[in-house]
Amino acid sequence: MNDRPAVHIKGVSKQFKAGVTALSGIDLEVRPREFVSLIGPSGCGKSTLLRIIGDLIEPSAGAVEVNGKPAHRARLDHDYGIVFQEAVLYDWRTVAKNIALPLELLRWGREKRARRVEELVELVELQGFEDHHPWQLSGGMQQRVSIARALSFDPALLLMDEPFGALDEMTRERMNLELLRIWDASGSTIVFVTHSIPEAVFLSSRVAVMSRRPGRIAGIVEVDLPQPRSARTREEPRFFELVTEVRERLAAGGLELEPAEEAS
Amino acid sequence: MSLALRRQAIQWLPALAVFALGIGAWQGLVAAFHVQEFLLPKPSEIARTFWDERGTLWHAGIYTFKEALGGFALGSGLGILAALLFAAYRPLGIAFMPFAVAANAVPIIAFAPIMNDWFGLLNPFSKMAIAAVLCFFPVLINTLRGLTSVDPRSIELMHSYAAGRASVFRRVRIPASLPHLFAGLKIASVLSMIGAIVGEYFGGPTNALGVTILNASAYTNFPEAWAGIVLASAFGILFYGAVALAELLTTAWDPSRRAFHTE
Ligand SMILES: Nc1ncnc2c1ncn2[C@@H]1O[C@H](COP(=O)(O)OP(=O)(O)OP(=O)(O)O)[C@@H](O)[C@H]1O
Ligand SMILES: [Mg+2]
Repeated sequence: MNDRPAVHIKGVSKQFKAGVTALSGIDLEVRPREFVSLIGPSGCGKSTLLRIIGDLIEPSAGAVEVNGKPAHRARLDHDYGIVFQEAVLYDWRTVAKNIALPLELLRWGREKRARRVEELVELVELQGFEDHHPWQLSGGMQQRVSIARALSFDPALLLMDEPFGALDEMTRERMNLELLRIWDASGSTIVFVTHSIPEAVFLSSRVAVMSRRPGRIAGIVEVDLPQPRSARTREEPRFFELVTEVRERLAAGGLELEPAEEAS
Repeated sequence: MSLALRRQAIQWLPALAVFALGIGAWQGLVAAFHVQEFLLPKPSEIARTFWDERGTLWHAGIYTFKEALGGFALGSGLGILAALLFAAYRPLGIAFMPFAVAANAVPIIAFAPIMNDWFGLLNPFSKMAIAAVLCFFPVLINTLRGLTSVDPRSIELMHSYAAGRASVFRRVRIPASLPHLFAGLKIASVLSMIGAIVGEYFGGPTNALGVTILNASAYTNFPEAWAGIVLASAFGILFYGAVALAELLTTAWDPSRRAFHTE
């Protein structure tokens, strides 16, 4: 990789037709192989920003470059793996076929697809559910399918919108570690949205704290915890200091995180 | 018998009991009040006529069912094609759909005599045509709704994989539309039988079921008219059932169907 940013957000603003200003003057550079979390109160535009990075909606002003290309080009080059806030599975496809969908679109052969799906099913611990349909899965299991699907083709940039929101604490912590392992092994860059301050600190190289509508970046917290992170990391004093720092940044200016149950 | 099968059988028991009671009450009341045969024959009378005339009735039934089936295939096929076209080229849909919705509210069956004029009384295509026109609109409207009312996020996801329009159609819009398509096809299966029979009421070959019913009642042979009606109903129900079965087999994944079944 060279030194140009993996994601370069240049003065991005977004006004929706309804007159809502969701984002205003966002500037952010994500370095290659970096793990950046976006955290902020509900409705501050995190999902919107992720959609703009992924070229799924157009910004009203500004531009996004991914690996030196316009976001549009990056999308056509299959640079993105997206996990939405909701699982967004295809009801008529089984778990295995949902995971294999991007691979089908990339014209992988049947054998190769099956092997890859097997690996991924193991990774997200859904063995035995390969032939189930989405309605037969719990919310957390559905979300794991959607994560496996996003990882399936080793995209250069993973955009994840609260992917672990529907998981229990234990699974969530395990998936956190898995995600870091995948991140380390794959060399991908990750932009990650979460409502959990400890999760943001644990996972990220940097945490971008966003302010309430219109969404802006209120501050960036460098997470200088050593890599690779492990379950131990959560017990280090520095971890708690950073959690406090992010919390204070959020609170500054009367900004507070929504209570967890409202975070959906 | 497997447990599931036995449970199914038990589920049907109440309906069967109601059916038997209904037939029994009909028989009893007609006998008790000496109802004239031209008003309402006894079920036993209808059953006997049905048995005596089974050969002719069956052939008439098959003849008419074939018309209905042909009309169903033609009308539904064109309805599906039009829906695909309108979903792929929105301006086309915007221009034409108001007419389709309006036409769906028109008693199309009124055109039956015209079809008979156009294609000839004795030509089975005249009945197929009316059945086809009847089937076309509900299939078009339902299928188009299915193709266009897809969760926008599932389309977004396809875009994130840089999937093209054709791929989005094949992998998302078409499968997502299946439950709606079948809703349309079920309506069409019923309408196609109505279309064929009513078309025959306005004239057709004597070996057609509608003509048989018409002639039987004209010659005051009421049990035979009723036997014909029973046969027409049986074909209608079986056709509907076959479409519902195809739906069951192709859309078992549909969560809304599950919600209904666990009620
Ligand atoms: N398609 C849209 N049309 C109009 N307004 C929208 C649209 N999508 C989002 N918004 C508005 O933009 C703002 C930001 O929404 P967004 O979904 O990005 O918030 P978020 O930070 O992801 O919130 P949460 O944490 O609750 O998921 C909200 O006020 C929302 O009402
Ligand atoms: Mg969101």
